Amino acid sequence: MSSETASIRPPAQAFAAGLRAAAFSVFAYVLFGTYIGIGALAHDFGFGLDWMLLSTVLVWAGPAQVILISALGAGAAPFEAAIAVGLSGVRLLPMVVSLLPIIRTPTTRMTELMLPTHLTAVSMWVESMRLVPQLPREERIPFCNGLGAGYLTSALIASAAGFYLAAKLPVLLTAGLLFLTPVSFLVSSARNARELVDMLALALGLLIGPALAYAQVELDIMWTGIVGGTVAYAVHRFRRRKA
Amino acid sequence: MTALVGDLWFYVLLVLAGFLPNEIWRWLGLVASRGIDEDSEILVWVRAVATAILAAVIAKLTIFAPGSLATIPLWLRLLGVAAGFAGFLAIRRSIFAGVVIAEIVLIGGALLIGL
Repeated sequence: MSSETASIRPPAQAFAAGLRAAAFSVFAYVLFGTYIGIGALAHDFGFGLDWMLLSTVLVWAGPAQVILISALGAGAAPFEAAIAVGLSGVRLLPMVVSLLPIIRTPTTRMTELMLPTHLTAVSMWVESMRLVPQLPREERIPFCNGLGAGYLTSALIASAAGFYLAAKLPVLLTAGLLFLTPVSFLVSSARNARELVDMLALALGLLIGPALAYAQVELDIMWTGIVGGTVAYAVHRFRRRKA
Repeated sequence: MTALVGDLWFYVLLVLAGFLPNEIWRWLGLVASRGIDEDSEILVWVRAVATAILAAVIAKLTIFAPGSLATIPLWLRLLGVAAGFAGFLAIRRSIFAGVVIAEIVLIGGALLIGL
């Protein structure tokens, strides 16, 4: 056995390393707070605890769960709720597309990618994109699974805690918990934006998003991504050609 | 609404209106990622699109706030986000610092204006 293969940890150890990375990451705690807020929201709208826990496992996207609970709870038509959830989930497509080529090996089967695909959420994506390039390729999928499983566990415990605490939580505190999502998304994507193209995409999205929403453009989030991302990429290409 | 808790219909809705419309994007991503090389130029563009979409979600969650967050005035939510970002930049790009400062400004501000 060469020294190179000897340094690769078995999948279970790489998974455990992912769990540890989750436990020591600020996201585990941000998710904990966020899901206390979402659990409380589900309780206030009259959903059951098992429904809330299942929605965390199946949907695994904070903003989509907030939309689903508020829309169904307020009596919106299921079709309207599905459209709103679907629009908020667009971000997952480019996240999965940018993560999978980094973690798979030439022999990886499609079925092995199902779990990291489902576990992809903003928290897991941001931390994987940062941590995974430092790992041997063979460890990357189990590491991502461990990271995602760690975050999901934190969210499930918090979902239950928020559900039981709901009646006791002051409005100001639940407002603060719901505020965790936009704030943590912003600073974590800013931290990961080391290249000009990423910083530009972030800034353009923050400007174009509200402008399109204000103008009531349909599919505003998707258009923001395509326009903002493409302009940022064009600037990146143009600057590199000049250099 | 409470009378409906445990109703099978809400589990069907969870799958049809929550799981499927969200998960479809992950599955499409799984299919679309096939054959894309790690060093391929298209990934730079895809990452930029992901980041811009995320930025739009951040802006919408702040401006069109859900649930009890809507009880906090818009100017205070924007101030909280700006303070959190400034704190993140000032304190060695720490996510923790940014989040804590944003929360202090939001909740502290709400208490100050008597909410």
